[in-house]
Amino acid sequence: MLTTKTRRSLGLALMFGAFTLPAWAQTVKVEDPWVQATVAGQKATAAFMKLTADAPVKLTGGKTPVAPVVEIHEMVMEGEVMKMRAIDGGLPLEAGKTMELKPGGYHVMLIDLPKAVEVGQRVPLTLIFTDTEGKEFTVEVEAPVRPLKRDHGKKSGHEM
Amino acid sequence: MTIRPGLRRCFLLALLPLMLLAACEQATTTASFHATEIRDASFGRELQLPDTEGRLRTLADFRGEVVAVYFGFLQCPDVCPTALSRAVAVKQLLGEDGKRFRVVFITVDPERDTPEVVRAYLDAFDPSFVGLVGSPEEVARTAKEFRVYYRKVPTGSSYTMDHTATTFVYNADGKLRLAVPHALSAEDFAADVRRLLAE
Ligand SMILES: [Cu+2]
Repeated sequence: MLTTKTRRSLGLALMFGAFTLPAWAQTVKVEDPWVQATVAGQKATAAFMKLTADAPVKLTGGKTPVAPVVEIHEMVMEGEVMKMRAIDGGLPLEAGKTMELKPGGYHVMLIDLPKAVEVGQRVPLTLIFTDTEGKEFTVEVEAPVRPLKRDHGKKSGHEM
Repeated sequence: MTIRPGLRRCFLLALLPLMLLAACEQATTTASFHATEIRDASFGRELQLPDTEGRLRTLADFRGEVVAVYFGFLQCPDVCPTALSRAVAVKQLLGEDGKRFRVVFITVDPERDTPEVVRAYLDAFDPSFVGLVGSPEEVARTAKEFRVYYRKVPTGSSYTMDHTATTFVYNADGKLRLAVPHALSAEDFAADVRRLLAE
Protein backbone atom coordinates (compact mmCIF):
# COMPACT_ATOMS: atom_id res chain seq x y z
CA MET A 1 0.00 0.00 0.00
CA LEU A 2 1.31 3.43 -0.94
CA THR A 3 1.66 6.23 1.55
CA THR A 4 0.07 9.57 0.77
CA LYS A 5 3.47 11.06 0.18
CA THR A 6 4.67 8.52 -2.34
CA ARG A 7 1.30 8.57 -4.02
CA ARG A 8 1.55 12.30 -4.43
CA SER A 9 5.06 12.11 -5.88
CA LEU A 10 3.95 9.35 -8.21
CA GLY A 11 1.09 11.56 -9.30
CA LEU A 12 3.48 14.44 -9.86
CA ALA A 13 5.81 12.23 -11.81
CA LEU A 14 2.97 11.08 -14.02
CA MET A 15 1.78 14.63 -14.45
CA PHE A 16 5.26 15.83 -15.23
CA GLY A 17 5.73 12.97 -17.62
CA ALA A 18 2.49 13.81 -19.35
CA PHE A 19 3.57 17.40 -19.74
CA THR A 20 7.04 16.68 -20.98
CA LEU A 21 5.96 14.00 -23.39
CA PRO A 22 5.11 16.40 -26.23
CA ALA A 23 8.47 18.09 -25.72
CA TRP A 24 10.26 14.77 -26.02
CA ALA A 25 8.33 13.97 -29.13
CA GLN A 26 9.34 17.25 -30.74
CA THR A 27 11.36 16.70 -33.83
CA VAL A 28 12.56 18.72 -36.74
CA LYS A 29 13.02 16.92 -40.01
CA VAL A 30 16.14 18.12 -41.83
CA GLU A 31 16.33 17.49 -45.57
CA ASP A 32 18.97 18.18 -48.21
CA PRO A 33 21.52 19.86 -45.95
CA TRP A 34 24.63 21.18 -47.71
CA VAL A 35 27.58 23.39 -46.96
CA GLN A 36 29.23 25.67 -49.47
CA ALA A 37 32.87 24.87 -50.14
CA THR A 38 35.56 27.42 -49.30
CA VAL A 39 39.10 28.03 -50.46
CA ALA A 40 42.05 28.19 -48.06
CA GLY A 41 42.04 31.52 -46.24
CA GLN A 42 38.32 32.11 -46.67
CA LYS A 43 37.10 32.41 -43.10
CA ALA A 44 33.38 31.80 -43.38
CA THR A 45 30.78 29.78 -45.21
CA ALA A 46 27.14 28.82 -44.92
CA ALA A 47 24.97 25.74 -44.51
CA PHE A 48 21.62 25.46 -46.26
CA MET A 49 18.81 22.92 -45.74
CA LYS A 50 15.06 22.32 -45.50
CA LEU A 51 13.53 22.19 -42.03
CA THR A 52 10.11 20.85 -41.07
CA ALA A 53 9.16 20.97 -37.40
CA ASP A 54 6.19 19.09 -35.90
CA ALA A 55 5.57 21.90 -33.41
CA PRO A 56 6.32 25.63 -33.42
CA VAL A 57 10.02 25.94 -32.55
CA LYS A 58 12.89 28.26 -33.31
CA LEU A 59 16.25 27.45 -34.82
CA THR A 60 18.48 29.26 -32.34
CA GLY A 61 21.98 28.04 -33.03
CA GLY A 62 24.35 25.28 -33.96
CA LYS A 63 27.66 23.58 -33.39
CA THR A 64 30.15 22.06 -35.77
CA PRO A 65 33.71 20.79 -35.52
CA VAL A 66 34.66 22.79 -38.64
CA ALA A 67 33.96 26.25 -37.14
CA PRO A 68 34.12 27.72 -33.65
CA VAL A 69 31.26 30.15 -34.27
CA VAL A 70 27.84 29.31 -35.69
CA GLU A 71 25.14 31.92 -36.23
CA ILE A 72 21.70 31.96 -37.83
CA HIS A 73 21.68 34.59 -40.57
CA GLU A 74 19.33 36.27 -42.94
CA MET A 75 20.27 37.78 -46.26
CA VAL A 76 18.10 40.58 -47.56
CA MET A 77 18.21 42.74 -50.64
CA GLU A 78 17.24 46.34 -50.04
CA GLY A 79 16.95 47.57 -53.57
CA GLU A 80 20.26 46.45 -55.03
CA VAL A 81 22.09 46.49 -51.70
CA MET A 82 22.80 43.11 -50.14
CA LYS A 83 22.65 42.94 -46.36
CA MET A 84 23.39 40.00 -44.10
CA ARG A 85 22.24 39.98 -40.51
CA ALA A 86 22.20 37.62 -37.53
CA ILE A 87 18.60 36.79 -36.61
CA ASP A 88 17.98 37.84 -33.03
CA GLY A 89 16.03 35.26 -31.06
CA GLY A 90 16.30 32.57 -33.71
CA LEU A 91 14.45 31.59 -36.86
CA PRO A 92 10.81 30.66 -36.12
CA LEU A 93 9.46 27.46 -37.72
CA GLU A 94 5.73 26.83 -38.05
CA ALA A 95 4.43 23.35 -37.24
CA GLY A 96 4.24 21.21 -40.36
CA LYS A 97 5.44 23.92 -42.70
CA THR A 98 8.75 23.39 -44.49
CA MET A 99 11.17 26.27 -44.17
CA GLU A 100 13.90 26.28 -46.76
CA LEU A 101 17.23 27.81 -45.85
CA LYS A 102 18.62 28.73 -49.26
CA PRO A 103 20.71 31.32 -51.07
CA GLY A 104 18.81 34.59 -51.14
CA GLY A 105 17.24 33.97 -47.72
CA TYR A 106 18.30 32.26 -44.52
CA HIS A 107 21.45 30.31 -43.78
CA VAL A 108 23.44 28.85 -40.94
CA MET A 109 26.68 30.82 -40.97
CA LEU A 110 29.88 29.00 -40.06
CA ILE A 111 32.46 31.54 -38.93
CA ASP A 112 36.23 31.62 -38.26
CA LEU A 113 36.97 28.44 -40.20
CA PRO A 114 40.48 27.29 -39.26
CA LYS A 115 40.81 25.51 -42.62
CA ALA A 116 39.04 25.12 -45.92
CA VAL A 117 35.85 23.11 -46.22
CA GLU A 118 36.21 20.97 -49.34
CA VAL A 119 34.00 19.14 -51.77
CA GLY A 120 33.82 15.48 -50.76
CA GLN A 121 33.78 16.35 -47.08
CA ARG A 122 30.69 15.75 -44.93
CA VAL A 123 30.26 18.42 -42.26
CA PRO A 124 28.74 17.26 -38.96
CA LEU A 125 26.28 19.87 -37.77
CA THR A 126 24.35 20.00 -34.51
CA LEU A 127 21.31 22.21 -34.93
CA ILE A 128 19.96 23.77 -31.76
CA PHE A 129 16.23 24.42 -31.53
CA THR A 130 14.20 26.09 -28.77
CA ASP A 131 10.59 25.12 -28.14
CA THR A 132 7.79 27.44 -27.02
CA GLU A 133 8.65 26.76 -23.37
CA GLY A 134 12.23 27.85 -23.91
CA LYS A 135 13.59 24.30 -23.73
CA GLU A 136 16.45 23.47 -26.06
CA PHE A 137 16.82 20.31 -28.10
CA THR A 138 19.23 19.34 -30.81
CA VAL A 139 19.19 17.55 -34.15
CA GLU A 140 22.35 16.08 -35.66
CA VAL A 141 22.93 16.15 -39.37
CA GLU A 142 25.81 15.55 -41.78
CA ALA A 143 25.92 18.04 -44.59
CA PRO A 144 27.81 17.25 -47.79
CA VAL A 145 29.96 20.03 -49.20
CA ARG A 146 28.95 21.48 -52.56
CA PRO A 147 31.25 23.50 -54.85
CA LEU A 148 31.40 27.29 -54.64
CA LYS A 149 30.40 27.48 -58.27
CA ARG A 150 26.72 26.65 -58.40
CA ASP A 151 24.79 25.30 -61.32
CA HIS A 152 23.07 28.42 -62.44
CA GLY A 153 20.00 26.68 -63.81
CA LYS A 154 16.59 28.29 -63.74
CA LYS A 155 15.75 26.26 -60.65
CA SER A 156 18.62 27.38 -58.45
CA GLY A 157 18.78 30.92 -59.79
CA HIS A 158 17.39 34.25 -58.76
CA GLU A 159 13.92 33.64 -57.47
CA MET A 160 14.00 36.54 -55.04
CA MET B 1 -5.44 58.11 -58.26
CA THR B 2 -4.09 55.57 -60.68
CA ILE B 3 -0.43 55.01 -61.33
CA ARG B 4 0.82 53.66 -64.59
CA PRO B 5 3.03 50.59 -64.15
CA GLY B 6 5.99 52.40 -65.64
CA LEU B 7 5.60 55.23 -63.20
CA ARG B 8 5.18 52.91 -60.29
CA ARG B 9 8.39 51.19 -61.24
CA CYS B 10 10.15 54.53 -61.30
CA PHE B 11 8.67 55.33 -57.92
CA LEU B 12 10.05 52.11 -56.43
CA LEU B 13 13.40 52.76 -57.99
CA ALA B 14 13.54 56.04 -56.12
CA LEU B 15 14.75 53.94 -53.22
CA LEU B 16 17.77 52.91 -55.28
CA PRO B 17 20.81 55.01 -56.09
CA LEU B 18 20.13 58.08 -58.18
CA MET B 19 21.78 56.65 -61.21
CA LEU B 20 19.16 53.94 -61.54
CA LEU B 21 16.41 56.50 -61.19
CA ALA B 22 17.85 58.56 -63.99
CA ALA B 23 18.19 55.50 -66.18
CA CYS B 24 14.62 54.44 -65.42
CA GLU B 25 13.01 57.19 -67.44
CA GLN B 26 14.95 56.14 -70.47
CA ALA B 27 14.47 52.43 -69.89
CA THR B 28 10.72 52.75 -70.54
CA THR B 29 11.34 54.25 -73.96
CA THR B 30 14.04 51.91 -75.27
CA ALA B 31 13.29 48.54 -73.58
CA SER B 32 15.96 46.96 -75.72
CA PHE B 33 18.33 45.71 -73.05
CA HIS B 34 17.18 43.55 -70.17
CA ALA B 35 19.55 45.39 -67.85
CA THR B 36 19.38 49.11 -67.14
CA GLU B 37 21.20 51.23 -69.68
CA ILE B 38 23.59 53.80 -68.31
CA ARG B 39 23.37 57.08 -70.18
CA ASP B 40 25.25 59.10 -67.61
CA ALA B 41 28.84 59.49 -68.79
CA SER B 42 30.00 60.84 -65.45
CA PHE B 43 30.61 57.56 -63.73
CA GLY B 44 32.61 54.42 -64.13
CA ARG B 45 34.96 56.54 -66.22
CA GLU B 46 38.03 54.89 -64.89
CA LEU B 47 39.09 51.79 -63.13
CA GLN B 48 42.58 51.53 -61.78
CA LEU B 49 43.45 48.95 -59.16
CA PRO B 50 46.11 46.29 -58.55
CA ASP B 51 45.13 42.75 -59.51
CA THR B 52 45.83 39.62 -57.48
CA GLU B 53 49.35 39.47 -58.94
CA GLY B 54 50.04 43.04 -57.89
CA ARG B 55 49.93 44.49 -61.42
CA LEU B 56 48.06 47.73 -61.85
CA ARG B 57 45.09 47.11 -64.13
CA THR B 58 43.09 49.69 -66.05
CA LEU B 59 40.15 49.57 -68.44
CA ALA B 60 42.55 49.88 -71.37
CA ASP B 61 43.76 46.32 -70.60
CA PHE B 62 40.37 44.98 -71.63
CA ARG B 63 39.73 46.74 -74.94
CA GLY B 64 37.89 44.47 -77.33
CA GLU B 65 36.17 42.67 -74.46
CA VAL B 66 32.84 43.26 -72.78
CA VAL B 67 33.78 43.74 -69.14
CA ALA B 68 31.50 42.88 -66.21
CA VAL B 69 32.53 44.54 -62.94
CA TYR B 70 31.21 43.20 -59.64
CA PHE B 71 31.94 44.44 -56.13
CA GLY B 72 31.82 41.81 -53.38
CA PHE B 73 33.66 40.12 -50.55
CA LEU B 74 34.74 36.58 -49.78
CA GLN B 75 32.92 36.06 -46.50
CA CYS B 76 29.69 36.61 -48.38
CA PRO B 77 28.14 33.14 -48.44
CA ASP B 78 25.21 33.94 -50.61
CA VAL B 79 24.96 36.87 -53.01
CA CYS B 80 28.57 36.86 -54.25
CA PRO B 81 28.74 33.14 -55.19
CA THR B 82 25.34 33.59 -56.84
CA ALA B 83 26.59 36.55 -58.91
CA LEU B 84 29.85 34.83 -59.87
CA SER B 85 28.06 31.57 -60.73
CA ARG B 86 25.76 33.60 -62.96
CA ALA B 87 28.80 35.16 -64.63
CA VAL B 88 30.15 31.65 -65.32
CA ALA B 89 26.77 30.71 -66.81
CA VAL B 90 26.74 33.86 -68.98
CA LYS B 91 30.17 33.01 -70.34
CA GLN B 92 29.03 29.47 -71.15
CA LEU B 93 25.85 30.72 -72.82
CA LEU B 94 27.95 33.00 -75.02
CA GLY B 95 29.81 30.02 -76.41
CA GLU B 96 32.66 31.15 -78.64
CA ASP B 97 31.87 34.82 -77.83
CA GLY B 98 32.55 34.00 -74.18
CA LYS B 99 36.22 34.59 -74.94
CA ARG B 100 35.39 38.28 -75.31
CA PHE B 101 33.53 38.46 -71.98
CA ARG B 102 35.71 39.44 -69.03
CA VAL B 103 34.65 39.28 -65.40
CA VAL B 104 36.31 41.62 -62.92
CA PHE B 105 35.75 41.13 -59.20
CA ILE B 106 36.61 44.00 -56.84
CA THR B 107 36.74 43.21 -53.14
CA VAL B 108 35.11 45.72 -50.79
CA ASP B 109 36.80 43.95 -47.87
CA PRO B 110 40.52 44.34 -48.61
CA GLU B 111 41.37 44.02 -44.92
CA ARG B 112 40.40 40.34 -44.96
CA ASP B 113 40.53 39.49 -48.65
CA THR B 114 44.20 39.16 -49.47
CA PRO B 115 45.26 38.85 -53.14
CA GLU B 116 46.14 35.15 -52.64
CA VAL B 117 42.75 34.23 -51.23
CA VAL B 118 40.89 36.26 -53.85
CA ARG B 119 42.86 34.45 -56.58
CA ALA B 120 42.02 31.02 -55.13
CA TYR B 121 38.39 32.03 -54.73
CA LEU B 122 38.01 33.23 -58.32
CA ASP B 123 39.80 30.13 -59.62
CA ALA B 124 36.96 28.11 -58.09
CA PHE B 125 34.67 29.86 -60.59
CA ASP B 126 36.84 30.57 -63.63
CA PRO B 127 40.59 31.20 -63.72
CA SER B 128 40.04 33.94 -66.34
CA PHE B 129 38.18 36.11 -63.82
CA VAL B 130 40.27 39.08 -62.76
CA GLY B 131 40.43 39.97 -59.06
CA LEU B 132 41.27 43.52 -57.99
CA VAL B 133 42.48 44.16 -54.47
CA GLY B 134 43.15 47.79 -53.62
CA SER B 135 44.01 49.55 -50.40
CA PRO B 136 40.95 50.63 -48.37
CA GLU B 137 41.39 54.14 -49.84
CA GLU B 138 41.66 52.87 -53.41
CA VAL B 139 38.59 50.70 -52.96
CA ALA B 140 36.65 53.64 -51.53
CA ARG B 141 37.62 55.82 -54.47
CA THR B 142 36.66 53.13 -57.00
CA ALA B 143 33.30 52.43 -55.34
CA LYS B 144 32.54 56.14 -55.39
CA GLU B 145 33.29 56.27 -59.11
CA PHE B 146 30.66 53.53 -59.63
CA ARG B 147 28.30 54.93 -56.97
CA VAL B 148 28.54 51.60 -55.27
CA TYR B 149 27.49 51.52 -51.65
CA TYR B 150 29.34 49.39 -49.13
CA ARG B 151 29.59 49.48 -45.40
CA LYS B 152 31.15 47.41 -42.66
CA VAL B 153 28.52 46.09 -40.24
CA PRO B 154 29.39 44.34 -36.97
CA THR B 155 27.81 40.91 -36.45
CA GLY B 156 27.90 38.83 -33.27
CA SER B 157 31.49 37.73 -33.64
CA SER B 158 33.04 39.75 -36.44
CA TYR B 159 31.72 41.93 -39.22
CA THR B 160 29.97 41.65 -42.54
CA MET B 161 29.77 43.99 -45.53
CA ASP B 162 26.60 45.51 -46.89
CA HIS B 163 27.20 46.19 -50.56
CA THR B 164 25.60 47.00 -53.88
CA ALA B 165 25.14 43.74 -55.80
CA THR B 166 24.74 45.31 -59.24
CA THR B 167 27.08 44.19 -62.02
CA PHE B 168 28.39 47.02 -64.22
CA VAL B 169 29.09 46.25 -67.86
CA TYR B 170 31.39 48.04 -70.28
CA ASN B 171 31.24 47.58 -74.03
CA ALA B 172 34.31 46.55 -76.01
CA ASP B 173 35.27 50.22 -76.44
CA GLY B 174 35.54 50.71 -72.70
CA LYS B 175 32.31 52.66 -72.36
CA LEU B 176 30.15 51.90 -69.34
CA ARG B 177 26.83 50.75 -70.79
CA LEU B 178 24.75 48.63 -68.39
CA ALA B 179 23.82 48.19 -64.76
CA VAL B 180 22.77 44.56 -64.41
CA PRO B 181 20.49 43.95 -61.43
CA HIS B 182 21.31 41.05 -59.13
CA ALA B 183 18.03 39.34 -60.02
CA LEU B 184 18.51 39.32 -63.80
CA SER B 185 18.77 35.78 -65.23
CA ALA B 186 21.93 34.46 -66.86
CA GLU B 187 19.99 34.10 -70.14
CA ASP B 188 18.92 37.76 -70.23
CA PHE B 189 22.38 38.88 -69.14
CA ALA B 190 23.97 36.83 -71.93
CA ALA B 191 21.55 38.30 -74.49
CA ASP B 192 22.59 41.80 -73.41
CA VAL B 193 26.28 40.94 -73.67
CA ARG B 194 25.70 39.57 -77.17
CA ARG B 195 24.11 42.88 -78.17
CA LEU B 196 27.02 44.82 -76.70
CA LEU B 197 29.52 42.66 -78.56
CA ALA B 198 27.70 43.57 -81.78
CA GLU B 199 27.88 47.33 -81.08
CU1 LIG C 1 25.78 34.92 -43.05
